[in-house]
Amino acid sequence: MKNEEIIQKINTLLVDEFEVEADQLNPSASIIDALGIDSLDLIDLLVLIEQNFGFKVETEEVAEIKTLQNFYDYIIKRLNGK
Amino acid sequence: MDLVLNRVVITGIGVYSCIGKNVSEVTDSLRNGKSGIGIDPVRKELGFRSCLTGIIERPKLKSLLPRTQRTKLAEEGEYAYLATSEAINNAQIDENYFNNNEVGIIYGNDSSSLAVINSVDVMREKKDTMLLGSAPVFQSMNSTVTMNLSVIFRLRGISFTVSAACASGSHSVGLGYLMVKYGLQEMIICGGAQEVNSYSMGSFDALSAFSVNHGNPTKASRPFDRDRDGLVPSGGAATIIVESYESAKKRGAKILGEIVGYGFSSNGEHISVPNVAGPTRAMELCLKDAGIAPEKIDYINAHATSTLVGDEYEAVSIDKLFGESKPYVSSTKSLTGHECWMAGASEIVYSMIMMENSFVAPNLNFENPDEKSAKLNIVSETKSTNIDMFLSNSFGFGGTNSAILVKKNNG
Repeated sequence: MKNEEIIQKINTLLVDEFEVEADQLNPSASIIDALGIDSLDLIDLLVLIEQNFGFKVETEEVAEIKTLQNFYDYIIKRLNGK
Repeated sequence: MDLVLNRVVITGIGVYSCIGKNVSEVTDSLRNGKSGIGIDPVRKELGFRSCLTGIIERPKLKSLLPRTQRTKLAEEGEYAYLATSEAINNAQIDENYFNNNEVGIIYGNDSSSLAVINSVDVMREKKDTMLLGSAPVFQSMNSTVTMNLSVIFRLRGISFTVSAACASGSHSVGLGYLMVKYGLQEMIICGGAQEVNSYSMGSFDALSAFSVNHGNPTKASRPFDRDRDGLVPSGGAATIIVESYESAKKRGAKILGEIVGYGFSSNGEHISVPNVAGPTRAMELCLKDAGIAPEKIDYINAHATSTLVGDEYEAVSIDKLFGESKPYVSSTKSLTGHECWMAGASEIVYSMIMMENSFVAPNLNFENPDEKSAKLNIVSETKSTNIDMFLSNSFGFGGTNSAILVKKNNG
């Protein structure tokens, strides 16, 4: 999967499942503050990642993800086997 | 100093049930004797003895609640949210009221099984609890309704759930009444909620207590009728705004009725077989609490679920206390089926609707009495009549009994 496709898929998930407005999807946006996702939603985000990208995220790893760009980078890195 | 007791009034009602999604629709169904019972084909696949159930459309809440709040509601919580929204509107309470006043919630609910069942499926298959996500824990506790609604409506008063089997809703109103009467709260949102998903009723079906009249679903629930063969499970939610008379007057709210009595008891005998003494005692205590003579009661909304023994014992009990005055009696479960944890609250709402509109809803399918029910004044067709005072009975597994007495507001 190309990086653009991965980003598109993540954006679609955020819009469809978390009801984030498409125009809020600014890569520098903080996931918790700007996207209106709370600590419980983050748990649901981990489930969605596993269901849609086929790998498991450890909760400790999530702590490093602050912005949407961090989130894209993390998924891309994991999908590329790094 | 003498304790001054508050008068306790009802200023709002709301309902979401198999006979209507709001008070207006339910009023029509009660008046027209319209049944909400049908067949759930999934139960056949699951090996149920009875596939009869109240048929309820799952609400669509996407436009009403943000995802964070919506996803933590269990099925019965969705019904309770809608019933409570309607009751709050009906009571003419705006959002600011909850910011400026301590309002409580006491709601009846005694299961929330689907989230438990689904979670167990995931754990058994995936062996990873992280895959459950955040919602199941908030959906699966018995207190799911009160914990969610107190957050959604930003309530800051008393908040807990009453689990008392099929008397849960009635006890919730009784406890709300007591708290307001003794001045502990000015206003409490009371009610009852009941899930209707197929899985939730499996263990109850195992008792062979359900009607198997699959050929004629709307005839299946026939409380007090000689040919009854069991109850029909059902559900939804109903909400009652319980408030002190002073608070209602101060707000300029319309007073719909006054709760004047609450009686309760336990049978202390069998876990599922009822008796005569327990319910009789609850009704007696209710009359005593109200200081009202039995002949003052115009209408009794019976618990009668359409089971052989339960209806018979309740008929004996009612006849024992009201045999002289013979008030009108009907069981709205003939229309709705048995709304279980919700029933005590919904049947107060149904009776409030009848009192407001001066009619008694029919005890559907009461075609032939048995020896005991023949002694009661059972209404089999809609009857236009004034109701100044009604009694609502609810009895549950373990022999828990509750009776609530409501009086019309005459100023």
